[in-house]
Amino acid sequence: MNADVILILLVLTNLRLLGASRLGASIRTVAVQGVLLGALALLAHHNHLTVAVLVVALGGMTLKGVVFPWLLFRALRAAEVEREVEPFVGAIPSLLAGVAALGASLWLTARLPLPEPSHSSLLVAVALFSMFVGLFLIITRKKAISQVLGFLVMENGIYAFGVGLVVDSPLLVELGVLLDVFVAVFIMGIIIFHISRESDHIDTHKLSSLRD
Amino acid sequence: MTVLLLILIPAAAGGLAFFVRADRPRRALLVTTAAGHTSLTVSAWVCRPRPTPGGWFALDGLGLLFLSITSVLFLAVSVYTLSYLRRERQGGITDIEEGFLFDNAPEATFTACLLLFLAAMTLVTVSQHVGLLWVAVEATTLASAPLIYFHRHHRSLEATWKYLLICSVGIALALLGNFFLAVAASHPQAGTSGSSPSMLFANLGSQATQLHVPWLKAAFLLILVGYGTKMGLAPLHTWLPDAHSESPSVISALLSGALLNCAFLGIVRTQQVCVAAGLGGFSRQLLVGFGLISMAVAAAFIVGQSDYKRMLAYSSVEHMGILSLGIGLGGAGVFGALLHAINHSLTKAMLFLIAGNILGTFRTKSTVEVRGVLRALPVSGVVWLAGLFAITGSPPFGPFLSEFTILKASLDEGRTIVAVIYLALLAAIFIGMATVALRMAQGEASREPQREPLIAVLPPALLGAGVLLLGIYIPPAIDNLLHETARALGGL
Amino acid sequence: MKLIALLQPLSALVLSPVLLGVINRTKAWFAGRSGQPLLQPYYDLGRLLRKGAVYSRTTTWVFRGGPIIGLAAVLVATTLVPLGGLRATLRFSGDLVLFAYLLGLTRLFAVLAALDTGSSFEGIGASREVTFSALAEPALLLGLAALARQSGSLSLSTIYSLLSADAWLKAGPMLALVVGALMVVFLAENARIPVDDPTTHLELTMIHEVMVLDHSGPDLAFILYGAALKLWVLGSLLAGLIVPVRTGNPWLDGGAGLLGMLAVAVAVGIVESSMARLRLPQQVTGLLVGAGVLAAVALILSLR
Repeated sequence: MNADVILILLVLTNLRLLGASRLGASIRTVAVQGVLLGALALLAHHNHLTVAVLVVALGGMTLKGVVFPWLLFRALRAAEVEREVEPFVGAIPSLLAGVAALGASLWLTARLPLPEPSHSSLLVAVALFSMFVGLFLIITRKKAISQVLGFLVMENGIYAFGVGLVVDSPLLVELGVLLDVFVAVFIMGIIIFHISRESDHIDTHKLSSLRD
Repeated sequence: MTVLLLILIPAAAGGLAFFVRADRPRRALLVTTAAGHTSLTVSAWVCRPRPTPGGWFALDGLGLLFLSITSVLFLAVSVYTLSYLRRERQGGITDIEEGFLFDNAPEATFTACLLLFLAAMTLVTVSQHVGLLWVAVEATTLASAPLIYFHRHHRSLEATWKYLLICSVGIALALLGNFFLAVAASHPQAGTSGSSPSMLFANLGSQATQLHVPWLKAAFLLILVGYGTKMGLAPLHTWLPDAHSESPSVISALLSGALLNCAFLGIVRTQQVCVAAGLGGFSRQLLVGFGLISMAVAAAFIVGQSDYKRMLAYSSVEHMGILSLGIGLGGAGVFGALLHAINHSLTKAMLFLIAGNILGTFRTKSTVEVRGVLRALPVSGVVWLAGLFAITGSPPFGPFLSEFTILKASLDEGRTIVAVIYLALLAAIFIGMATVALRMAQGEASREPQREPLIAVLPPALLGAGVLLLGIYIPPAIDNLLHETARALGGL
Repeated sequence: MKLIALLQPLSALVLSPVLLGVINRTKAWFAGRSGQPLLQPYYDLGRLLRKGAVYSRTTTWVFRGGPIIGLAAVLVATTLVPLGGLRATLRFSGDLVLFAYLLGLTRLFAVLAALDTGSSFEGIGASREVTFSALAEPALLLGLAALARQSGSLSLSTIYSLLSADAWLKAGPMLALVVGALMVVFLAENARIPVDDPTTHLELTMIHEVMVLDHSGPDLAFILYGAALKLWVLGSLLAGLIVPVRTGNPWLDGGAGLLGMLAVAVAVGIVESSMARLRLPQQVTGLLVGAGVLAAVALILSLR
């Protein structure tokens, strides 16, 4: 039951991202998502809380809730760009697309029978929904930082799925995911800095000199 | 132990390279590490190393095949890099297309990332655990991104950004696919019994009938799309032409020759599990479909291509399509695909290295402006012409044999339509590339004949000789390995 | 006919202006003033009824009939809406659709009356009103649909009688989403901040206020009373959700419902005191679409 609350909050954060018009609000929303995921991890393992599980969950919360926003805000400040989101697809069509994606995720989940009834049936749907939202953000947002946020949201969805369903997976893989996300965001932050230095903007729509 | 050394030596050398100040020792480190890696690989041929306890790291036939390709390619490339680095200045370089000034990345970063890239690719070939394979493929993306951004200007930045974003998204999808696979493994199909298989590919394969079918299907689809992005299958290939045209030729050689194969390895291992679980029909259809689409897209963009490095990049897309097609056809097609992996890697690497020579001399990437390569750079010109004919499937070179095997497999399976489309696309690509090849090679040279340093010409020439050899006579050792691997994959 | 059955409509008729008073007092308390007397709306109604109406020569029967028809529609709606566990006077399957459309009828005639005056201010107000309710209506209907799906009935009374504390334990998140959506609809339909500022005196910034600019005397009294009833009716939708007391005893349930209404009024007062009005047109439309999305998510969740 409690997992349901966290999952619905995740859905709400995703919708907020679709409708957000300022980059600062988007970054903070993704940070909140990271914290929610840490709580979900703790909840999923609440029967067998070892030190390792605790460390990974709290480490993940710190990484996604504190470190990433800090990195992204630094990149934003260094780039000195306007803090508007500038999407190809406006806020309202994005929100409507999000609702459609939520419906599609629930439909898909019904096709994939859940082996264990004890797990929340919302979990797979929310994971798929987060992935849709992440992909949508990557495709429809012009600013490079929005695309990094979309990537983070995708990874969040996958992480939620891994945490809730694959309970037997060794901690190593969870750590691997966290590490991968960290390094990826780090490198992306560096590249965004370079992009802004080269061209006074971080609008990837304008990165179109390579074409056939 | 050998297996771990294969990974640790390049990784340690990579870490060390960051701290070496002077250029000469660092370049020596690069070549020495490459040579050491190749000798370890040769020793693995002689005596196959035992897997590590736990079975996470092991060299089976498939892994050894791709490891050898990677190792040989890296050795050739590292020798060539010596001449490349000598030619490149550090800063104040004038861009050939737009004329602005730019810098290069520090050579230490370049060398170190190159060695870490080798370590990551080795890790992919020796991984026997699903999760470890994924981490390794991700590591290759992260290690190669700084390499693409060697020339520090906005075009290469755009290429690097696209590469990083698209490949990261693809690998995230593959991660979800891995999780789906784990669910399929831990919740057995109704009517089966026994303990759940662990996430080692061997276990998944042997207990494949226990895997839960809908989850396995979804897992394969996600993994195909995810690793397919990394491999360059259309329509997920969009990062490929940009990354190859803007990165240094040595990097393009490694990307096309070694990295795409590593992603292919991930797909092949999952395909193995699917076939063992009885989902062969499903997975094969997908592979054939993606293969043909990739070839079609490549053909569309090769004909009339004005940039020769982009042309080679699209050729890589085409050949990855052929690999996918071969595996998808099954039977002798699997053997053909594996042989083609070797042929394509050697040929493509050779072509990219020669392209580097041409770029260095002619200072242009345009297929129209480069003329008379045979006169300006005699040895490079011959290798270039031979290479372009080889890559389009002309006898007596290696790719002809492997492509023919795949064609025969498709006809044996009764898939005439597939065979017809395959031939038509190969013909279209041949026409496109042959026109370019002949136009570039012949005619009055637009540049003065240059001196060609030995280390800039010898590696590609040796690779070319290897391709020629494979077209005429496959050494028994390689032949045995190919047969063994193809049999393990359910072909033959 | 038992007295209990009349409890719900009587409380609506008698107590609805008090809600307005509560909202005003809450705002005044926040601002540090002592504010209007709680029963001020009654005095206003009385004063207006005693006055005579002035009609412009350019208006027709639409202008005169608008307030009356609007009040009549809201009065019918009052008989349909339950107060918490207390059932409504009229109940049948599908009455929630009738409810939504009765509110629509009120709105229609308010808009027509406003357009009938031929003044451009009323025209602005009318066009804004229609735009925002076009966005708010899906939110309302989707939210009610989610509740209907969850309880398995299309009658408002049945739906609300099943919304006990048990229902909150079982489907808490979905109900919370519906509360959020309905709250925004409530604020939009009743011309509250952040959609409309009831205390503004600049015509260009008004929506509801400007539509009734030319009404006077008893017509204005009907409009004021109708607005109070609309506040009550939409508020009881919220109150029934927030206070899940369903003991079966009509007096207890009714009392709980009244407490819920009080809570809603205070909440509106707090919202009005702490926020500024959102910019028209994109922020308000964004808010309303957001409410619609919340309601849609609640519906999707209830369909599981």
